[in-house]
Amino acid sequence: MRKIEAIIKPFKLDEVKEGLMEIDVKGMTVTEVKGFGRQKGHTEIYRGAEYRVDFVPKIKLEVVVPAELVAKVVEVIEQRAKTGQIGDGKIFVSSLEEVVRIRTGEKGKEAI
Amino acid sequence: MINAGDTAFVLVSSALVMFMTPGLALFYGGMVRTKNVLATIMQSLTIIGLVTVIWVLWGYSLSFGPDVGGVVGNLSWFGLMDVGLSPSPNYASTIPHQAFMIFQGMFAIITPALITGAFAERMKFSTLLVFIALWSTLVYSPLAHWVWGSGGWLANLGALDFAGGTVVHISSGASALAAVLIISKRKGYGKEQFIPHNLPMTLTGTAILWFGWFGFNAGSALGSNGLAAAAFVNTHVAAATASLGWMFAEWIHHGKPTTLGAASGAVAGLVAITPAAGFVSPVSALIIGGLAGVLCYGAVMAKAKLGYDDSLDVVGIHGVGGTWGALATGLFASTVVNADGANGLFFGNPGQLWIQFLSVIVTCLFTFTMTLAILKVLDLIMGLKVSEEEEIRGLDVTQHSEAGYSF
Repeated sequence: MRKIEAIIKPFKLDEVKEGLMEIDVKGMTVTEVKGFGRQKGHTEIYRGAEYRVDFVPKIKLEVVVPAELVAKVVEVIEQRAKTGQIGDGKIFVSSLEEVVRIRTGEKGKEAI
Repeated sequence: MINAGDTAFVLVSSALVMFMTPGLALFYGGMVRTKNVLATIMQSLTIIGLVTVIWVLWGYSLSFGPDVGGVVGNLSWFGLMDVGLSPSPNYASTIPHQAFMIFQGMFAIITPALITGAFAERMKFSTLLVFIALWSTLVYSPLAHWVWGSGGWLANLGALDFAGGTVVHISSGASALAAVLIISKRKGYGKEQFIPHNLPMTLTGTAILWFGWFGFNAGSALGSNGLAAAAFVNTHVAAATASLGWMFAEWIHHGKPTTLGAASGAVAGLVAITPAAGFVSPVSALIIGGLAGVLCYGAVMAKAKLGYDDSLDVVGIHGVGGTWGALATGLFASTVVNADGANGLFFGNPGQLWIQFLSVIVTCLFTFTMTLAILKVLDLIMGLKVSEEEEIRGLDVTQHSEAGYSF
């Protein structure tokens, strides 16, 4: 099993979600986050005083899938979240020890 | 002889001016951080209550009561004694004396409320109440008497102040300067970011201020007449050009036109036209407003360089805008507009500019010194600022046990 975390532009969330549902991803968790990478932040001006806003709003998407589906999921996120501009985000893939479905107690792949 | 139209107009104007203080509360409230929004609004709200009580008991009497040496009114109108429903012999001869009294009361309310922007986000609430009571009694009332009271010495000098450029704006601006010199900066000033938490709230406040200002300036004609119309037109015109002036100045200087800039400019224009509203032509108002927007923007820029923590720019907008307005009255005033006024420099009477200059200096010196003295004493007795921990947690929770927003 693998956990895929993707940081994406907020307005791309719907496209990514639809893409993932089309390849039969069963669920996902989404969080509004702030951060910066190469894009850095922007400047805001209030009564002439400039303020540097370093952290840009992003969406963090978490998906857990069987190992064989990883390549497909990464491809879909990459395609759907891409604008070609700086700040499109990143995808992190990591292996996952265990999954438990709380209601039934199922474990492993069955619980995804 | 009571005139129905004049009375109705002044009463409605009083309500409009009253509405400005809650408008100011929103204007200021939107500019502070989330944790201080209620405390900021509360300062204006409480001042409405506190100054009203003072005004009825002794404030009106000290301001407008029978003259003592040109300096202050006496206390014979304590508790509005002798302030009845027939016109006063000295003020506004066509409306009930009480209508004049309540109209003036609304000015007495908003003036100290303006000062609160200077020490926003750090003043102790209990000390604020005592400060306001003392300031209203020892600073506002004498000054109002000098300028507007029957027998007041500045009025006798011939200084023109249609609706309170000196009494309201220069006095609050100079007092704000005194306050920021005594009350230390907010924690993190210059290092942390103090970003306004709700600009739509500030813009709502701006709209209310602009609306209420028609009562403030046109109402100061104290009659439903041509002079009121002139003041009404000038008020609107100056706000419009000042808003544009600030916006373009900021656009050129910083690269973007901002909503807070357009709003601040409008207020700066309203401030500047206040003393001139009933003495100048609409074209003069265009110029006074436009320059007010640019000047006040420059003043706010200068603040950052000087390092004063005037949180919401009371000095830059009310002090500088009010001073410009008072001097501009000495430049642009014309007896063609108002036969009871005087001509300014541009209409062949340079002496008027000198008188205006004198009234600015006197107002600044008096209000600055008095505010400094009052705050020094209160600092020793009560302390002016909340503790560092309270400041970090925010005034809403620590002063009022409330939060503005629950998400």
